[in-house]
Amino acid sequence: MAGGATRRPPRPNIVLRYVIRRLLAAVLLLFVVSVVTFGIFFYIPRLAGASAEDLASRYVGKTANEAQLRVMADKLGFYDPLYVQYGRFVKGIVLGANYNTGPTTVRCPAPCFGYSFITQNPVWPDLVDRMRVTGSLAVGAAIIWVLFGVSTGVLSALRKGSIFDRMAMGTALAGVSLPIFWTGLLTLSIFSYRMHLTAPGGSYTPITENPAEWAYDLILPWITLAFLIAAAYARLTRAGMLETMGEDYIRTARAKGLPERTVVVKHGLRAALTPITTIFGLDLGLLLGGAVLTESTFSLPGMGKYAIDAIVNNDLPKVLGVTMVGATFIIFANLIVDLLYAVIDPRVRLS
Amino acid sequence: MKRRPAVAAVAVGAALVLGFTACGGNKTTGTNQPNVAAPEFNAAVGKVFAPSTKKGGTLKFANSGDWDSLDPADTYYGYSWDFIQFYGRSLVMFTPKPGPEGNKLTPDLAETLGVPSDGAKTWTYKLRKGVKFEDGTAITSKDVKYAVERSLDKETFPNGPTYYNDFLDLQGYTSPYKDTAPDKLGLKAIETPDDQTIVFRLKTAFSGFDYFAMLPASIPVPASKDTGTKYKEHVVSSGPYKFETNELGKKFTLVRNTNWDPATDPNRPALPDKIEVSLNVNADDIDNRLISGDLDVDIAGTGVQAATQGKILADATLKKNADTAALARLWYVSVNPDVAPLDNIHCRKAVLLATDHDSYLRAYGGEAGGDIATSMLPPQIPGAEKIDLYNFLSKKNGDADAAKKELTDCGQANGFETNMSYRAERPKEKALAESLQQSLGKVGIKLTLKPFPQGDYFKLYAGKPDYAKNNKLGLMSNGWGADWPDGFGFLQQIVDSRVIRASGGNTNLTVKIKDVDDLLDKALQTTDTPAREKVWGQIDKRVMEDAVVLPGVWAKVLLFRSPNLVNVFISDGLGGFYQYGSLGKK
Repeated sequence: MAGGATRRPPRPNIVLRYVIRRLLAAVLLLFVVSVVTFGIFFYIPRLAGASAEDLASRYVGKTANEAQLRVMADKLGFYDPLYVQYGRFVKGIVLGANYNTGPTTVRCPAPCFGYSFITQNPVWPDLVDRMRVTGSLAVGAAIIWVLFGVSTGVLSALRKGSIFDRMAMGTALAGVSLPIFWTGLLTLSIFSYRMHLTAPGGSYTPITENPAEWAYDLILPWITLAFLIAAAYARLTRAGMLETMGEDYIRTARAKGLPERTVVVKHGLRAALTPITTIFGLDLGLLLGGAVLTESTFSLPGMGKYAIDAIVNNDLPKVLGVTMVGATFIIFANLIVDLLYAVIDPRVRLS
Repeated sequence: MKRRPAVAAVAVGAALVLGFTACGGNKTTGTNQPNVAAPEFNAAVGKVFAPSTKKGGTLKFANSGDWDSLDPADTYYGYSWDFIQFYGRSLVMFTPKPGPEGNKLTPDLAETLGVPSDGAKTWTYKLRKGVKFEDGTAITSKDVKYAVERSLDKETFPNGPTYYNDFLDLQGYTSPYKDTAPDKLGLKAIETPDDQTIVFRLKTAFSGFDYFAMLPASIPVPASKDTGTKYKEHVVSSGPYKFETNELGKKFTLVRNTNWDPATDPNRPALPDKIEVSLNVNADDIDNRLISGDLDVDIAGTGVQAATQGKILADATLKKNADTAALARLWYVSVNPDVAPLDNIHCRKAVLLATDHDSYLRAYGGEAGGDIATSMLPPQIPGAEKIDLYNFLSKKNGDADAAKKELTDCGQANGFETNMSYRAERPKEKALAESLQQSLGKVGIKLTLKPFPQGDYFKLYAGKPDYAKNNKLGLMSNGWGADWPDGFGFLQQIVDSRVIRASGGNTNLTVKIKDVDDLLDKALQTTDTPAREKVWGQIDKRVMEDAVVLPGVWAKVLLFRSPNLVNVFISDGLGGFYQYGSLGKK
């Protein structure tokens, strides 16, 4: 073949191949996470010397005798080799499983992420239900913290050194330093129980039932959580803006006579958004895995609270389910963030 | 009987929060209404606060955790046995009155207390007529038999107590779900000669069978509506209220059961129209809401959180809305005779003598936490005697000289070393362990502290005899609340050597005394109540003589009585909870 310019393949193809590669990597990563999580709960205790009956003791009442422990260990499959137990777990996810209720059996349809023998219910429907709450909390708070955090950061950067800048950064510092279990209880005390402006702890109405009630129940947790997180965004945006606004091309844009708003937003902010997008992906992914402290403080029945309650009660199938779902969210959140880079920053090559 | 363990919240943060709310003043005392009783500290202890027959309103409960199960066959929490009276009627129940009368049993579903025969090996009850389930079907003795049968199935219902399993003459019966009889009533140990009569046949005599008849397991269950593990999602009511909604893990509501006939039920005033229970609510939030009036009852009954407790005791107005309830609960340390040199009684006595009992009490909250325990039986248990063999009260900070003498007698004049276990998540137990380290250290007994996770503490560590022995756990932090306030309910699980299982899960870690086992058997067969009660005192003394337990604190809790409530009193029988079934809204 003669030397010369190689024709560049059309862009959509590259994007597609990139996405497929990343999706396959994500699935592989999920498989690894499932094996590791399963190992932590069902293999490591064995390494530490726990017997099958010891593992089963978590699922029986405090008065159980040896015979009952053996029966429970057998029922939960703890006498089988570990790879058989893992295989059963994966089979449940893919094909579903059946469980005994006493007089009948109940079907746990696919994906069956395990069955809690403490609450006697499949884990997946609980997770779906809880995801809605955590999702509502995370998305609502995300909108608030991005809007406020970024705009505060932009304004602070443009008015660097002013009183506004100092106060904004001071407030941001407070937001980052004050723990949510303190600010949460405080805001509940003041706004819910004293002034009756917002809903009491534990209030949650699904959006499908009553959107106005849904928003009213969540406004306090949204604001309190956003206050905590917006701080980092304000500071990052400010730092990124200060750096960007000093660049040559900004002066060029101004010299060209572009309106200031276009200069700031289209040219200045856009460049500063890359680090923001990174941490947004991480933050949202982590939150969707369960905003544990916020949910505990406001008694919201989300995934984080579910995880904490499951850990306290030693309900291993639930903990396993939450871990898997949380890991899925984080993995996919990062995938989306990586894709967004290409949109925001044309310099990023999808090679 | 279990209580929901108080989760240690972040006290400082919560204290600051509550400090802020205190700044704004209080609107909760409500003494400006002329007809309402004025609140006083301990107004619900030993008497009824604001007695009322007024019906109406919604009673709001919150739980910082979740039920083990709403199914009467599958529950062991004390608060659950209290709350269950809203939707279930057992054969007998504790008299719903304040003070010592509340310790006595009274018939509920049955017309009278049980009638023993055959040397207390057979017990007969006659059910009241006219009692119905929520759907209008009549309750018969067969429904009670079926309920007890299903409670025997520990595979399907692992959480409840095992008294029926242990005492009924089962003859191999396991579960109604494996029952070959067409009506699923194949258990021969229970007979139902007619719809109103039920007869229990025991393996051995047991004089206190009425306490078993009090258990939720005797709450009738209609066999046709039994869905096994799913039954808890809608328990069929025999009480004044029935389930309206039940969102597992979140909340449930009860409304009036129109098929409950008050003429058949002298024990329940059934004042509120509706009952709401929220689950898994933040414990500090519960306290804030109680004080602000947004919530009526903290259902766990383990008392307010540490920060709130300080605030209440310091504020005279708030304190008027507080009650200190004596629980039938003992915090103590097991002294392990399997671990040398504690196999020698003098070394064990040295431990008891050297302990600083005042410091032990302070670890559990001082006066608000309870009283110094000088023996095992809490004083409110019938039969408890004043036993103080080692001068705990006169030597509150320990008796180092007497301890050193005992050390010399056991050949360890310079002291010895051993390990002490405690539950890592419990700050009070950690404080206790450190206090013992100090006071015992003064006489040369060196303790190495070993924390363990509370979920597995009794199943795998301190409660497993081999583990404790091999890891030289000489002292083990312990605690026990009676399943019911009588000598058997309190003592049997913690001093009977025959209940100790090698597989773990024991609460009796160290008491293996043949005399005690014999005395327990004697009490079981003594149907004369005062004579039986005397035996409990004898057992308590004998255990203390052997120095295999170091009693610490007879526990109390500080409860906040919401100003929204009327007809409030603490039930001794239920173990220091408010009698939930009698509460009403102002």
